[in-house]
Amino acid sequence: MSSQLSKEFLLEAQRRMVRIRLFDERASKMVKRGQIPGTVHTSIGQEAQVVGACMALGDQDYMTGNHRSHGHPIGKGSPLSPLMAELVGKATGVCKGRGGSLHLADFSVGSLGESGIVGSSIPIATGAALSSKILNNGKVALAFFGDGAANQGNLYESMNLAGIWKLPVIFLCENNLYALSTPAHTVTSGVIASRAAGFDIPGIRVENGQNFIEVFDAVKTAVERARSGEGPSLIEVVTYRFNEHSEGLRLGVDYRDQNEKAEWLAKDPIVLFRDYLIQESIATAEELDAIFASVEAEVEEAFEFSQSSPFPDASDPYLNLYTEPFEVYA
Amino acid sequence: MKSVMSYLGAIGAAQREAMDADERVIIIGEDVEANVYGTTGAGKARAAEGDFLQRYGKNRIRNTPISEEIIVGAAAGAAMTGLRPLVDLSYSSFTYLAMDQFVNQIAKNRFMFGGQASIPVVFRSAMFYGLNTGAHHSDRPYPMYMNVPGLKIITPASPSDAKGLLRSAIDCDDPVLIFEACPLWPMKEEVEEDEYWIPLGVGRTLREGTDITIVAISGAVPEAVAAAEELAKEGISAEVFDPRTLVPMDIEGIIKSVTKTGRLVVADPAHQTCSAASEISALVAEHAWDSLTAPIKRVTTPDTQIPFSPALEKHLYPNRLSIAAAARSVLKVSQPV
Repeated sequence: MSSQLSKEFLLEAQRRMVRIRLFDERASKMVKRGQIPGTVHTSIGQEAQVVGACMALGDQDYMTGNHRSHGHPIGKGSPLSPLMAELVGKATGVCKGRGGSLHLADFSVGSLGESGIVGSSIPIATGAALSSKILNNGKVALAFFGDGAANQGNLYESMNLAGIWKLPVIFLCENNLYALSTPAHTVTSGVIASRAAGFDIPGIRVENGQNFIEVFDAVKTAVERARSGEGPSLIEVVTYRFNEHSEGLRLGVDYRDQNEKAEWLAKDPIVLFRDYLIQESIATAEELDAIFASVEAEVEEAFEFSQSSPFPDASDPYLNLYTEPFEVYA
Repeated sequence: MKSVMSYLGAIGAAQREAMDADERVIIIGEDVEANVYGTTGAGKARAAEGDFLQRYGKNRIRNTPISEEIIVGAAAGAAMTGLRPLVDLSYSSFTYLAMDQFVNQIAKNRFMFGGQASIPVVFRSAMFYGLNTGAHHSDRPYPMYMNVPGLKIITPASPSDAKGLLRSAIDCDDPVLIFEACPLWPMKEEVEEDEYWIPLGVGRTLREGTDITIVAISGAVPEAVAAAEELAKEGISAEVFDPRTLVPMDIEGIIKSVTKTGRLVVADPAHQTCSAASEISALVAEHAWDSLTAPIKRVTTPDTQIPFSPALEKHLYPNRLSIAAAARSVLKVSQPV
């Protein structure tokens, strides 16, 4: 499958991974400098897993995500400036400053929303798949969630419903080995991917989630299966976050082993993919450097946009609470 | 043309109208194929003409597993992507299993995503109170949901209101929870057979009066009317007002009535603390203080769990006797104007 991918497609994959990396590195700095209120959760280290899944979807396909929230819309093709403006709380933000980092959504690229509640958006993706099925529009939905959410009950309600109705949905578990400080293996009985067997749906474990091609191939197979009416799949991708759970978080306990960390840091998905593209003579170092430079400029532009944009008008606290203006008796 | 319909029959009629009018309307819920609760069929027999499964097919009549969280969440996701789901959650106490989806997704997504989402979905549930079903089935939980901005809450108290309000709810682009009172299920009256819509946020005066306003909610409405009839025999002229929808609330209609009568009793089958009655009382105290000639009185269900035994349950809810007694006590302490 991956052998059929065009050069443009593979370079776009690298571009999106670099976008996530540089966007999140900038966001991390901005949190530390007080330029972003609150905190953010970066996808640094998980770019291959995010982009591999997003690019296996079509532009019109749906996606939901979680608190590790910037990579998903970026992976789906969302422009950076409105995302950055949202992180800062500006009127030009993708959610008009009402959502913030945890609740990014860009319906123009099928991003139906990230969620600050672990597991909470899995039923939303399942419902989007239900509407695809009933409206017969060929769209597929993908729910991103972590190893922590794999222990929420709504995942299993979703898998059961999607299984009986053969809904075109992919449950994509981003297993980065830790739910905040808690090692996944200490709170997870068995293997997450194996849980699919109970619902008689495919359960695939991608051991090397740092490899774009491996993630892409697994998700593409599930997408094609979903689109042809055969129903849902569960995919568990093993990966690692390079940063702390959230930026600025300082814990007294170092819950991650230093050797483990070093091992994973050596498996940087962007470096690995760059090496692959050069080795296979798909792209030159110069071409890849040019991508990096242009994304650097894009992120700089997004930052400038976030700084120069106005804050939202605070005069209507009810804006968009309902589809019609909300009248308060006064 | 009008015909006699029960409260439950009127709900079925509104569902059929909406299903006929718009292909995007689907019904999701437990036991909806078999018409167990009597709103997805024409008669008792599966083969009866008008049975929803026969009329609309399995693609639009979706029998679900007993999994409230995914029923509610999937309906929300479907509503965000082009369908207009009508969800039958049967008992109101089952809504709690889906609380995360109601509070964190359905109520918040449109606001939080800057208006990108609209969520046209209706959640029906029935309050089986007063029927000896015990503590797990007797809940009247609408006040809990009134405290969640982003939801609309309706509580029809007659067959005509049930049909017109449910139709408006289905055609509304926002999420609506409709709480149906089982004690009203058998209530029958002449109902317009053609399509009609009752706007959300507009109450109804059931009986005009000059001495006291009784605002009544859901199953307390017919009890308030009976209380007013009793009071009339004593020469007390009570006005009965049903807000019909709690979010949005027709507070103007309530204040207009209180301005006329100067006295207010609110009858609400919910538990007292933070009830709809509490909110209405507060709004009237804030906005119509000058018109009041006596303290406001709430007639609600005490803040205790609902017991099973018939000897213990029935008298807990507002009834004609307790509502009339409250009205008399308000009139007794009333100051001369």
